[in-house]
Amino acid sequence: MADEITLLDFWPSPFGMRVRLALTLKGIDYIYKEENLQQKSDLLLKSNPIHKKIPTMIHNGNPISESLIMVQYIDETWPKSSSLLPSDPYGRSQSRFWADYVDKKVYDCGRRTCFAKSPEEGDAAVKELLECLKVVECELGEKLYFGGENLGYVDVALVPFYSWFYAYESFGGLSIRDECPKIVAWAKRCLENESVAKSLPDQQKIYEFVVTMRKKFGVE
Amino acid sequence: MSKDEVILLDFWVSPFSIRAKIALAEKGVEFEAREEADLLNNKSELLLKSNPIHKKVPVLLHNGKAICESTVIVGYIDEAWPSPGLLPSCPYERSAARFWADYIDKKVYDAGFNIWKSKGEELKVVNKEFMEIVKVLEGVLGEKKFFGGDHFGFVDTILIPHTFWFYGYEQFGGFKVEDECPKFSAWMKRCMEKENVAKFIPDSTKVYEFLCAIKKVFGLE
Repeated sequence: MADEITLLDFWPSPFGMRVRLALTLKGIDYIYKEENLQQKSDLLLKSNPIHKKIPTMIHNGNPISESLIMVQYIDETWPKSSSLLPSDPYGRSQSRFWADYVDKKVYDCGRRTCFAKSPEEGDAAVKELLECLKVVECELGEKLYFGGENLGYVDVALVPFYSWFYAYESFGGLSIRDECPKIVAWAKRCLENESVAKSLPDQQKIYEFVVTMRKKFGVE
Repeated sequence: MSKDEVILLDFWVSPFSIRAKIALAEKGVEFEAREEADLLNNKSELLLKSNPIHKKVPVLLHNGKAICESTVIVGYIDEAWPSPGLLPSCPYERSAARFWADYIDKKVYDAGFNIWKSKGEELKVVNKEFMEIVKVLEGVLGEKKFFGGDHFGFVDTILIPHTFWFYGYEQFGGFKVEDECPKFSAWMKRCMEKENVAKFIPDSTKVYEFLCAIKKVFGLE
């Protein structure tokens, strides 16, 4: 029986991008359904009644939510192609730790950088954003990818935020390339991979999306 | 074969530390629990060196290698000592267990924290929010003996230590979990009958005193 996979998503979401990327890296076909977050579909509300959020995927009728949980599910269900987590327990624990760090830090600081209601809030957000990017840059070290020689779980967790870098820089008044050159070099290396290039929207499009949202939130 | 060296940097009352202790006990792993003497004001050098990012307990040191973040630690313990398994073997059920562990991580501690820092009308609101979370979890448990099914599993390990603080929340909030969620309460009792859980339960009066002392420290009286 052929697998039936539907991904309920929202194109600018870095969390959605993680799942698109994991599926694409594994060569898995899926149906992409764009959600209108102002009017969530019945399918989304039924499939993710607890959080009512995207991304949510439905695999042969079974719903899975929370992007990192979805990526682990994809890695375990299709283990033969492009393994994302390392095989040893310690390596896996370190990957999960760093993906958790990205979850706790990068999204929130980035969001506050783009949508700060005051210069003070913006400055604080930028400072924190740079701090956490420098921490992950240090963790990358001299490796090609967080996964070592190949893209892995932490790369999938983090690289979607690269599509938001131009927005962070424009609204935060910072240059991530100057402050974290290795992270930018790493991200560009990831983008040379066709699956990554296919899964991440253009930085300009994300920037325009943020402009629209800032107007909506009354942030100028 | 040389023996594993397993050390847990610990704090007696931390539900996050207790998760790790229960997981290790379930796997029959001998370990040394090293209590942080002054977690608030004077963290040990070993803790700061082993967890430079978050500087928090618990930290598991397995043959010198540090693993941090309690849910990551429990996952590591489950994989490093595979038997008996805490997570189910099927990917979909594993994703469900991880989802509920994540829900517990995101909701339970903060909801409880809100109770002991609130008063008056605000307290009524946070009490309600807390009980709603417990009701959701009771719904997930359903008619099962444990969240893991017939056997104590991953979600049980993640959740049961938080319930040791419930007496404190009940005192502050003026409610009883048992009245509104009898099935959840029954699950708590079942877990606490297990030797590998019972031996790590801190005295509920001491927990309550700890919460009162913390209230003072943070000026939340």
